[in-house]
Amino acid sequence: MTEKNVVTAIRDALHDEMTEDERVVLLGEDVGARGGVFRISAGWMDEFGERRVIDTPLAESGIVGIAIGMALHGLLPVAEIQFADFIHPAFDQIVSEAARIRYRSNGDFGVPMVIRTPYGGGIHGALYHSQSIEMYYAHIPGLKVVAPSTPADAAGLLRSAIKDPDPVLFLEHKKTYRAIKGDVPDGAYLTPIGVADVKREGDDLTCVSYGYALHTCLDAAERLAEDEGISVEVVDVRTLAPLDSETILASVRKTSKAIVVYEDNRTYGAGAEIAATIAEEALFDLDAPIARVGGPDIPAMPFAAPLEHFFLEPEPDQVYARMRELARA
Amino acid sequence: MSTRVAETPHGALGLSADDLLGMHRLMLTSRLLDEAALRQNRMGRAPFVVPAAGHEACQIGTAWAMRRGSDIWLPYYRDLGVVLAAGMTPYEVFLGVFAKAEDPSSGGRQMPAHWGSRRLGIITGSSPIATQVPHAAGIAYAAMLRGEDAVVGCWFGDGATSEGDWHEGLNFSGIHRLPVIFVCENNQYAISVPQSKQMAVADVATRAEGYGFPGVVVDGNDVLACYGAMKRAHERARSGEGPTLIECKTYRFLPHTSDDDDKTYRTREEVEEAKARDPMIGFAAYLREHGVLDDETEDRIRGEVKSEIDEAILAAWDAPDPDPGTATRHVFFEDDA
Repeated sequence: MTEKNVVTAIRDALHDEMTEDERVVLLGEDVGARGGVFRISAGWMDEFGERRVIDTPLAESGIVGIAIGMALHGLLPVAEIQFADFIHPAFDQIVSEAARIRYRSNGDFGVPMVIRTPYGGGIHGALYHSQSIEMYYAHIPGLKVVAPSTPADAAGLLRSAIKDPDPVLFLEHKKTYRAIKGDVPDGAYLTPIGVADVKREGDDLTCVSYGYALHTCLDAAERLAEDEGISVEVVDVRTLAPLDSETILASVRKTSKAIVVYEDNRTYGAGAEIAATIAEEALFDLDAPIARVGGPDIPAMPFAAPLEHFFLEPEPDQVYARMRELARA
Repeated sequence: MSTRVAETPHGALGLSADDLLGMHRLMLTSRLLDEAALRQNRMGRAPFVVPAAGHEACQIGTAWAMRRGSDIWLPYYRDLGVVLAAGMTPYEVFLGVFAKAEDPSSGGRQMPAHWGSRRLGIITGSSPIATQVPHAAGIAYAAMLRGEDAVVGCWFGDGATSEGDWHEGLNFSGIHRLPVIFVCENNQYAISVPQSKQMAVADVATRAEGYGFPGVVVDGNDVLACYGAMKRAHERARSGEGPTLIECKTYRFLPHTSDDDDKTYRTREEVEEAKARDPMIGFAAYLREHGVLDDETEDRIRGEVKSEIDEAILAAWDAPDPDPGTATRHVFFEDDA
């Protein structure tokens, strides 16, 4: 075990994969000489050569489209979109191409690629360096969407994503990069895609979350236990698509109450799918309506600190408050 | 004199009489198959077809310079001639036209003419325009990195050159001097939009200068000119000199698809004028002039091609439809597949 933050865990896992398998190549804006804007690939252009650590032109659709071509011809590309906010020009390549190539070719072709991108707010990133983009892609069959929250999960899921025969969108919450530290097992372990994880066990209610919001939930759960003896089970979905409904439902059936917490705009967010799954499969196990805490439905996260804070927490300590309310319902 | 053969245009390109007859047969197959597929559509047996008539010279001329087995093909939906040259059979084409389970491109999942075959090195294509261009660049990059002697051919129409993906794919290919050839089949219309409303330049090929590699314009109705341009581009690609953009000026004789009505945007006079430059007529005349083709050979080839197409239609029509139970398969990799 070694204690690492999330960005170091990702860097180490990616470095190991590049060392172990020469088919792995990294491409994106500023990944070469600059080593990436978050310094994940610092020094790698010298170590692995500029043919495997590729500074691309500033063109996101091209980055993904070129990575698809590489994946179709024997490489295992890891494409970096510098900020998730800039992934939108690549939507067509991701959705119409990467996600559909296996299906449309009746299984003849596959695209073993990873698209890594930092997402999420709370770091003074304003409208265009704070976005949550997960649900545009979690809706698309043929794509896997992974959103780890801890250093250990980030490393294990990244290795699984690189070894996966299908395209994986790998979302890295920027606020977790340096703020979240944790023990990371040594060695090249794999964390399975599509499997949620109970991060805290509890009996009174189930909280389902991911990304930086998961840590807000864990913090609220800890304080509720101390303050009021309320026992919250916190489920980290880890993979948004395919969603591990079994783990979520098993927890909800145990606690009989559910709250879903996410940073993305509330409407049509992950909470909608998770709440619908619980309602369809476990309605009669519930003692209270399912609660949803999502971001406000405003176009994006503003820059000024009070405005940014409003986006993340429109009401003071809202996760704590809603959990407490639900526990007492 | 021993130099007489080399003095012919085809001799100068290193093409034998057998090559010429092979090209002629492919062009004829493409044309007759195209007509037959449209008839199937009009008979109500095929919901949708994409005509290729008029494009035979640029498709088969360029494709003839590619090597089956080692090279990679990224055709667009009008490229019937390209995929025939790559090795797809009329039977396989009609499996796609009738959306049958054994359709090699997609098992009946995609519209006809959305080509693909791992066996033949034809990369699966889609309907969005120019998305295959960055794929071609990525494949060429992978081939270069892996030290393979592979050349990537990427075909598209004039409309595709307006897409961002087209620019992004060519730009990256130029930067890395990739072994890829970009072939623009410029038929002067993107469905109904004429070239004058697609771009402010006369030649797509001039854009290559912006990517740092040569762009050449050829008569897309002259199969030997198309072959020659592609052969030089192929040699460039193999010797590490990088990409080439080839613009073949041609014309589409039929509507964009079986659902289009080209009378709304082109005059009949314009179409008839273009048909006077039919690549089939021009090449047949060339073959006769050089003693490669006579009436007897032409009748024999035409008879063989017609029979092959007729048999392909009968067999493909009788082939099994996809089982609805398979609609959920191949979303992700299947271990047991």
